[in-house]
Amino acid sequence: MTTTPDETVLIAFTPDEFGQAALAHGIVEARRRSARIVAVNATRGDALIDERHADDAEVAHLDAELAASGLEHEIRRPVAPDVAEAVLDAAEADGATVIVVGLRKRSPVGKLVLGSVAQRVLLGAGVPVLAVKP
Amino acid sequence: MESLSLLADGLGTALTPENLMWAAIGVLLGTFVGVLPGIGPAMAVALLLPVTFGLEPTQAFIMFAGIYYGGMYGGSTTSILLNTPGESASVMTALEGNKMAKKGRAAQALATAAIGSFVAGTIGTLLVVFFAPALAGIAVEIGAPSYLAIMLMAMVLVTSVLGSSRLRGFIALFLGLTIGLVGLDLNTGQPRLSFDQPLLADRLDIVVVAVGIFALGEALWVAAHLRRRPLSVIPVGRPWMGRGDWSRSWKPWLRGTALGFPFGAVPAGGAETPTFLSYVLEKRLAKEGHEFGKGAIEGVAGPEAANNASAAGTFVPLLALGLPVTATATIMLAALQGYGIQPGPQLMTEHADLVWTLLASLLIGNTLLLVLNLPLAPLWAKLLRIPRPYLYAGILFFASLGAYTANQQPFDLFLLLVFGLLGLAMRRFGLPVLPLILGVILGPLMETKMREALSISGGEVSGLYNEPVAVVVYAVIVLLLVVPFVLGRLRRTPLSTSAPTPAAAAEAADSDKEQVR
Repeated sequence: MTTTPDETVLIAFTPDEFGQAALAHGIVEARRRSARIVAVNATRGDALIDERHADDAEVAHLDAELAASGLEHEIRRPVAPDVAEAVLDAAEADGATVIVVGLRKRSPVGKLVLGSVAQRVLLGAGVPVLAVKP
Repeated sequence: MESLSLLADGLGTALTPENLMWAAIGVLLGTFVGVLPGIGPAMAVALLLPVTFGLEPTQAFIMFAGIYYGGMYGGSTTSILLNTPGESASVMTALEGNKMAKKGRAAQALATAAIGSFVAGTIGTLLVVFFAPALAGIAVEIGAPSYLAIMLMAMVLVTSVLGSSRLRGFIALFLGLTIGLVGLDLNTGQPRLSFDQPLLADRLDIVVVAVGIFALGEALWVAAHLRRRPLSVIPVGRPWMGRGDWSRSWKPWLRGTALGFPFGAVPAGGAETPTFLSYVLEKRLAKEGHEFGKGAIEGVAGPEAANNASAAGTFVPLLALGLPVTATATIMLAALQGYGIQPGPQLMTEHADLVWTLLASLLIGNTLLLVLNLPLAPLWAKLLRIPRPYLYAGILFFASLGAYTANQQPFDLFLLLVFGLLGLAMRRFGLPVLPLILGVILGPLMETKMREALSISGGEVSGLYNEPVAVVVYAVIVLLLVVPFVLGRLRRTPLSTSAPTPAAAAEAADSDKEQVR
């Protein structure tokens, strides 16, 4: 632990089972690569409540979990017009070598109405993406 | 007891299935707009003004009454679950209510707010039934000079009691009075402030002004502050109360009602003062080792009851004198004028069926609120997830539609934008909206009374104060303006760090709202 890791694992975190899956796999991946972890929890911030936005207690919990892994880590909480863009921007800014996202199951109608953040991260990322399911 | 039989007749009219439907729509809509901070019953009623011109006046008013009471109820939900009071009257509810919710007693806080609102609203409405006809009976006797004086008093009270700054209040009032002047002089037919625009000479449509200030102004303000970090909501199930909560709540409910009703009935400006007083009273009366500051149920029950009782109380001056003291009541008055009904003391006798059906539907709306909202509370909390762009796009759509359909005049859309920008500027510079809208609507009425008084006296100025009532009211106005000023001077030195005043609390609410937006 004397040299700073030259690889970075970016975890797209949400305070739900998908985020937990991404976190678990992200930590494994970071150990394997002996990389540092950047956890990103982005929100559009245009509704009064966003259940995929981690509040202070959830961020503290996340921080504790990351600290328990013993790896170097950072948490980012951007407010941006587009969550997928925010994740990709963070990946670029932090020089991420791999992005970990949680995939949620979507019905055909759901696909029509809602854009998937994970899908757009997969398509837009310039680095390998590890897509995990809970 | 004549009032009671008239009320029974009103209940008969209000209980038809169609009228019940309008009451239910009003209550649901009112709760909807009340839950969402920034959107209030005043905006909802303003947006619905053009829609309701297709309805019977009775039905429109049943719906408006539902929106008014529903908005009060919805405000408490947001205060408790999110600690963001939607309106200044809910500030005190948020203090203890949110702390209760954080301790896991959200269900009890919501229940005491809902049941307290019901109790206070029902008692308050019954008090209106007894007071309003009596007051109207007296008010019919008073002449134009006294009427003018009373309107002036309402304006001064609303402007100087509410809000943090009197200067801002009076700026808003005079802006409103100026807007009310635009158009043809009703006596001589001369165009005033019309800038040689024939469309302006026709007088401004109140729908355009109200929708511009409330809906467009708010939408522009939100657009300017679109992205904010989301808040964490406290999850809640169905509200309920245990035996201990009941026994701790019922006295604060009644005390809150007793405090709230007079403040609403005297045109003393809204529910801020009584909710504050109720909170302070409950805190004083609390036993040793009380929970105040840690989530005391009394601190929710009292202010919520005071809030609703004062909302009921505002119907006394509105129905008996044609004097509104809240933004929502002001727009309801404009709706009355839209139907060609002259508000004032004669309303009680000339449109008795409308008045009694309205009062009866207040009672029904109150009951509906309790029945619908206790089980629906978790659903209302979900509304807070609606992204603002969707919500405000809908509001803008209805605002433009309403402004256009009022006269089918494209020029009105331009006016809507102008008033929307004015509304944005007022929010930006912290000018209260209520004095402005009161000035727009009461200004012309006041002018009519003043002209009347002057023409009776043949142009002599003494015609403005030759009635004893007028003299007394003018004296009260002077006292209202001078006493706080003198007290402020006297108090400045020793008591600079006193308890928070209602104005300070309202300011806190404003800054809370800032954070939300």
